[in-house]
Amino acid sequence: MMPSDNLTTYLVIALLLLVTGIYGMIRHRTFIGMLISSEFILNGAALNFMAFNRFLAPNPAVGQIFTLIIMGIAAAEAAVVVSLILMVYYKYRSIDPGEVRDLKH
Amino acid sequence: MIVYRYVAEALFFFFTALIFLGGFVAIRSRYLMNAVLGLALALSGIAGLYFHLGSPFLALMQILISVGAVCVIIAFGIMVGPRPKPEAERRIAGRRNIFLAVSACSAGFMLLIAVIVTATWTPAAIRTGDFSVKHLGENLLNQFCLAFELISVVLLAAIVGALIIARIGREETGP
Repeated sequence: MMPSDNLTTYLVIALLLLVTGIYGMIRHRTFIGMLISSEFILNGAALNFMAFNRFLAPNPAVGQIFTLIIMGIAAAEAAVVVSLILMVYYKYRSIDPGEVRDLKH
Repeated sequence: MIVYRYVAEALFFFFTALIFLGGFVAIRSRYLMNAVLGLALALSGIAGLYFHLGSPFLALMQILISVGAVCVIIAFGIMVGPRPKPEAERRIAGRRNIFLAVSACSAGFMLLIAVIVTATWTPAAIRTGDFSVKHLGENLLNQFCLAFELISVVLLAAIVGALIIARIGREETGP
Protein backbone atom coordinates (compact mmCIF):
# COMPACT_ATOMS: atom_id res chain seq x y z
CA MET A 1 0.00 0.00 0.00
CA MET A 2 1.28 3.43 -0.94
CA PRO A 3 1.98 5.81 1.97
CA SER A 4 -0.39 8.40 0.56
CA ASP A 5 -3.26 5.88 0.77
CA ASN A 6 -2.72 5.20 4.43
CA LEU A 7 -4.53 6.88 7.31
CA THR A 8 -1.58 6.50 9.68
CA THR A 9 0.71 8.57 7.45
CA TYR A 10 -1.58 11.56 7.61
CA LEU A 11 -2.09 11.18 11.36
CA VAL A 12 1.67 11.16 11.90
CA ILE A 13 2.10 14.25 9.70
CA ALA A 14 -0.64 16.03 11.67
CA LEU A 15 1.01 14.97 14.93
CA LEU A 16 4.34 16.38 13.75
CA LEU A 17 2.58 19.65 12.88
CA LEU A 18 1.15 19.75 16.42
CA VAL A 19 4.58 19.10 17.94
CA THR A 20 6.13 21.78 15.71
CA GLY A 21 3.50 24.23 16.90
CA ILE A 22 4.01 23.45 20.59
CA TYR A 23 7.79 23.67 20.26
CA GLY A 24 7.55 27.02 18.47
CA MET A 25 5.03 28.29 21.02
CA ILE A 26 7.49 27.63 23.86
CA ARG A 27 10.59 28.67 21.97
CA HIS A 28 9.53 31.93 20.28
CA ARG A 29 10.23 35.09 22.21
CA THR A 30 7.62 37.30 20.57
CA PHE A 31 3.83 37.29 20.44
CA ILE A 32 3.88 37.15 16.65
CA GLY A 33 6.09 34.07 16.72
CA MET A 34 3.60 32.44 19.06
CA LEU A 35 0.77 33.36 16.68
CA ILE A 36 2.66 31.68 13.83
CA SER A 37 3.08 28.55 15.95
CA SER A 38 -0.62 28.47 16.77
CA GLU A 39 -1.36 28.38 13.03
CA PHE A 40 0.62 25.15 12.86
CA ILE A 41 -1.46 23.61 15.64
CA LEU A 42 -4.73 24.60 14.00
CA ASN A 43 -3.64 23.24 10.63
CA GLY A 44 -2.58 19.97 12.22
CA ALA A 45 -6.11 19.62 13.59
CA ALA A 46 -7.58 20.43 10.18
CA LEU A 47 -5.38 17.83 8.50
CA ASN A 48 -6.58 15.26 11.04
CA PHE A 49 -10.19 16.03 10.18
CA MET A 50 -9.48 15.73 6.47
CA ALA A 51 -7.69 12.38 6.94
CA PHE A 52 -10.52 10.86 8.97
CA ASN A 53 -12.96 12.30 6.47
CA ARG A 54 -11.18 10.64 3.56
CA PHE A 55 -10.74 7.19 5.09
CA LEU A 56 -13.47 6.64 7.67
CA ALA A 57 -16.40 9.06 7.55
CA PRO A 58 -19.81 8.07 6.21
CA ASN A 59 -20.43 11.43 4.53
CA PRO A 60 -17.31 13.06 3.04
CA ALA A 61 -18.82 16.54 3.18
CA VAL A 62 -18.77 16.72 6.98
CA GLY A 63 -15.01 16.74 7.46
CA GLN A 64 -14.54 19.25 4.67
CA ILE A 65 -17.08 21.61 6.26
CA PHE A 66 -15.38 21.26 9.64
CA THR A 67 -12.03 22.03 8.03
CA LEU A 68 -13.60 25.14 6.47
CA ILE A 69 -14.73 26.21 9.95
CA ILE A 70 -11.20 25.69 11.29
CA MET A 71 -9.81 27.84 8.46
CA GLY A 72 -12.34 30.57 9.21
CA ILE A 73 -11.52 30.50 12.91
CA ALA A 74 -7.80 30.59 12.14
CA ALA A 75 -8.28 33.67 9.97
CA ALA A 76 -10.45 35.39 12.59
CA GLU A 77 -7.96 34.51 15.31
CA ALA A 78 -5.07 35.92 13.29
CA ALA A 79 -6.91 39.21 12.70
CA VAL A 80 -7.86 39.65 16.36
CA VAL A 81 -4.46 38.61 17.69
CA VAL A 82 -2.58 40.94 15.33
CA SER A 83 -4.70 43.89 16.47
CA LEU A 84 -4.17 42.89 20.11
CA ILE A 85 -0.42 42.70 19.50
CA LEU A 86 -0.50 46.20 17.98
CA MET A 87 -2.37 47.50 21.03
CA VAL A 88 0.07 45.83 23.42
CA TYR A 89 2.93 47.32 21.42
CA TYR A 90 1.47 50.83 21.62
CA LYS A 91 1.07 50.50 25.37
CA TYR A 92 4.25 48.65 26.35
CA ARG A 93 6.59 49.37 23.41
CA SER A 94 7.44 45.68 23.37
CA ILE A 95 6.10 42.41 22.00
CA ASP A 96 8.23 40.20 24.24
CA PRO A 97 5.94 38.04 26.41
CA GLY A 98 8.50 38.26 29.22
CA GLU A 99 8.27 42.05 29.37
CA VAL A 100 4.49 42.38 29.28
CA ARG A 101 3.75 41.52 32.89
CA ASP A 102 1.18 44.01 34.16
CA LEU A 103 -2.48 43.95 33.37
CA LYS A 104 -2.67 47.70 33.93
CA HIS A 105 0.14 49.89 32.72
CA MET B 1 -1.37 4.18 -15.63
CA ILE B 2 0.98 2.93 -12.94
CA VAL B 3 3.33 5.82 -13.82
CA TYR B 4 0.74 8.33 -12.66
CA ARG B 5 0.53 6.55 -9.31
CA TYR B 6 4.26 7.00 -8.81
CA VAL B 7 4.12 10.64 -9.89
CA ALA B 8 1.34 11.24 -7.36
CA GLU B 9 3.39 9.46 -4.71
CA ALA B 10 6.45 11.59 -5.50
CA LEU B 11 4.28 14.69 -5.21
CA PHE B 12 3.01 13.45 -1.85
CA PHE B 13 6.58 13.23 -0.55
CA PHE B 14 7.37 16.61 -2.07
CA PHE B 15 4.45 18.23 -0.23
CA THR B 16 5.37 16.49 3.02
CA ALA B 17 8.94 17.71 2.68
CA LEU B 18 7.57 21.21 2.00
CA ILE B 19 5.56 21.08 5.26
CA PHE B 20 8.52 20.05 7.36
CA LEU B 21 10.91 22.47 5.67
CA GLY B 22 8.43 25.28 6.31
CA GLY B 23 7.90 24.19 9.89
CA PHE B 24 11.64 24.06 10.51
CA VAL B 25 12.13 27.54 9.07
CA ALA B 26 9.17 28.89 11.05
CA ILE B 27 10.35 27.69 14.43
CA ARG B 28 14.09 28.12 14.01
CA SER B 29 14.48 31.42 12.19
CA ARG B 30 15.60 34.48 14.12
CA TYR B 31 13.67 36.97 12.04
CA LEU B 32 9.90 36.99 12.15
CA MET B 33 9.56 37.67 8.43
CA ASN B 34 11.41 34.43 7.64
CA ALA B 35 9.12 32.63 10.08
CA VAL B 36 6.07 33.91 8.19
CA LEU B 37 7.58 32.73 4.90
CA GLY B 38 8.15 29.32 6.48
CA LEU B 39 4.53 29.28 7.61
CA ALA B 40 3.37 30.09 4.07
CA LEU B 41 5.54 27.24 2.71
CA ALA B 42 4.12 24.77 5.22
CA LEU B 43 0.54 25.84 4.51
CA SER B 44 1.11 25.37 0.77
CA GLY B 45 2.34 21.85 1.49
CA ILE B 46 -0.81 21.15 3.51
CA ALA B 47 -2.87 22.38 0.55
CA GLY B 48 -1.09 19.76 -1.55
CA LEU B 49 -2.01 17.07 0.97
CA TYR B 50 -5.65 18.16 0.71
CA PHE B 51 -5.45 17.33 -2.99
CA HIS B 52 -4.28 13.84 -2.05
CA LEU B 53 -7.14 13.58 0.43
CA GLY B 54 -9.63 14.05 -2.37
CA SER B 55 -10.65 17.66 -1.92
CA PRO B 56 -9.29 20.12 -4.51
CA PHE B 57 -11.82 22.70 -3.30
CA LEU B 58 -10.32 22.76 0.20
CA ALA B 59 -6.82 22.84 -1.26
CA LEU B 60 -7.67 26.02 -3.13
CA MET B 61 -9.41 27.42 -0.03
CA GLN B 62 -6.28 26.68 1.98
CA ILE B 63 -4.15 28.62 -0.49
CA LEU B 64 -6.70 31.45 -0.63
CA ILE B 65 -7.40 31.82 3.09
CA SER B 66 -4.38 30.51 4.95
CA VAL B 67 -1.56 31.39 2.58
CA GLY B 68 -3.26 34.42 1.06
CA ALA B 69 -5.00 36.02 4.02
CA VAL B 70 -3.52 34.78 7.29
CA CYS B 71 0.12 35.06 6.26
CA VAL B 72 -0.48 38.52 4.80
CA ILE B 73 -2.20 39.65 8.03
CA ILE B 74 0.76 38.41 10.08
CA ALA B 75 3.21 40.07 7.69
CA PHE B 76 1.25 43.33 8.06
CA GLY B 77 1.41 42.93 11.83
CA ILE B 78 5.18 42.60 11.64
CA MET B 79 5.62 45.56 9.29
CA VAL B 80 3.12 47.99 10.83
CA GLY B 81 3.70 47.40 14.49
CA PRO B 82 6.84 46.54 16.34
CA ARG B 83 10.18 47.75 15.07
CA PRO B 84 12.53 44.79 14.74
CA LYS B 85 14.21 44.49 18.07
CA PRO B 86 17.46 42.63 17.65
CA GLU B 87 18.06 41.76 21.27
CA ALA B 88 14.60 40.30 21.74
CA GLU B 89 14.83 38.44 18.46
CA ARG B 90 18.36 37.19 18.76
CA ARG B 91 18.37 36.47 22.44
CA ILE B 92 18.95 32.78 22.63
CA ALA B 93 16.47 31.07 24.89
CA GLY B 94 17.92 29.73 28.10
CA ARG B 95 18.72 26.08 28.58
CA ARG B 96 15.67 25.62 30.78
CA ASN B 97 13.44 26.90 28.04
CA ILE B 98 14.90 24.50 25.46
CA PHE B 99 14.65 21.63 27.92
CA LEU B 100 11.03 22.51 28.62
CA ALA B 101 10.20 22.73 24.92
CA VAL B 102 11.90 19.48 23.97
CA SER B 103 10.49 17.51 26.88
CA ALA B 104 6.94 18.78 26.36
CA CYS B 105 7.10 18.00 22.64
CA SER B 106 8.66 14.57 23.01
CA ALA B 107 6.22 13.57 25.76
CA GLY B 108 3.25 14.62 23.66
CA PHE B 109 4.71 12.95 20.59
CA MET B 110 5.31 9.63 22.36
CA LEU B 111 1.85 9.62 23.89
CA LEU B 112 0.03 10.36 20.65
CA ILE B 113 2.18 8.10 18.46
CA ALA B 114 1.35 5.24 20.83
CA VAL B 115 -2.34 6.01 20.40
CA ILE B 116 -2.04 6.23 16.61
CA VAL B 117 -0.14 2.96 16.27
CA THR B 118 -2.22 0.88 18.67
CA ALA B 119 -5.69 2.10 17.69
CA THR B 120 -7.68 0.20 15.10
CA TRP B 121 -9.60 2.52 12.82
CA THR B 122 -12.70 0.98 11.30
CA PRO B 123 -14.43 2.80 8.45
CA ALA B 124 -18.13 3.56 8.66
CA ALA B 125 -20.39 0.77 7.47
CA ILE B 126 -22.08 2.86 4.78
CA ARG B 127 -19.98 5.45 2.98
CA THR B 128 -21.35 7.59 0.19
CA GLY B 129 -17.86 8.31 -1.14
CA ASP B 130 -19.04 11.41 -2.96
CA PHE B 131 -16.17 13.92 -2.81
CA SER B 132 -17.54 16.27 -5.46
CA VAL B 133 -17.87 20.00 -4.89
CA LYS B 134 -21.56 19.72 -5.82
CA HIS B 135 -22.21 17.34 -2.94
CA LEU B 136 -20.23 19.58 -0.59
CA GLY B 137 -22.17 22.66 -1.65
CA GLU B 138 -25.54 20.95 -1.27
CA ASN B 139 -24.61 19.79 2.22
CA LEU B 140 -23.23 23.18 3.16
CA LEU B 141 -26.43 24.99 2.19
CA ASN B 142 -28.95 22.42 3.41
CA GLN B 143 -27.93 20.25 6.31
CA PHE B 144 -24.96 22.27 7.56
CA CYS B 145 -26.40 25.73 6.95
CA LEU B 146 -25.70 26.69 10.57
CA ALA B 147 -21.96 26.00 10.12
CA PHE B 148 -21.93 28.14 6.99
CA GLU B 149 -23.60 31.05 8.78
CA LEU B 150 -21.39 30.56 11.83
CA ILE B 151 -18.24 31.05 9.75
CA SER B 152 -19.54 34.32 8.33
CA VAL B 153 -20.70 35.67 11.70
CA VAL B 154 -17.40 34.75 13.38
CA LEU B 155 -15.43 36.44 10.59
CA LEU B 156 -17.60 39.57 10.77
CA ALA B 157 -17.25 39.77 14.55
CA ALA B 158 -13.50 39.25 14.29
CA ILE B 159 -13.06 41.99 11.70
CA VAL B 160 -15.14 44.53 13.64
CA GLY B 161 -13.46 43.55 16.90
CA ALA B 162 -9.99 43.83 15.40
CA LEU B 163 -10.77 47.32 14.06
CA ILE B 164 -12.12 48.49 17.42
CA ILE B 165 -9.24 47.04 19.44
CA ALA B 166 -6.61 48.55 17.16
CA ARG B 167 -8.37 51.92 17.29
CA ILE B 168 -8.62 52.00 21.10
CA GLY B 169 -4.94 51.20 21.40
CA ARG B 170 -4.06 54.06 19.09
CA GLU B 171 -6.34 56.65 20.73
CA GLU B 172 -5.03 56.12 24.24
CA THR B 173 -1.41 56.75 23.34
CA GLY B 174 -2.29 59.82 21.27
CA PRO B 175 -1.17 60.64 17.74
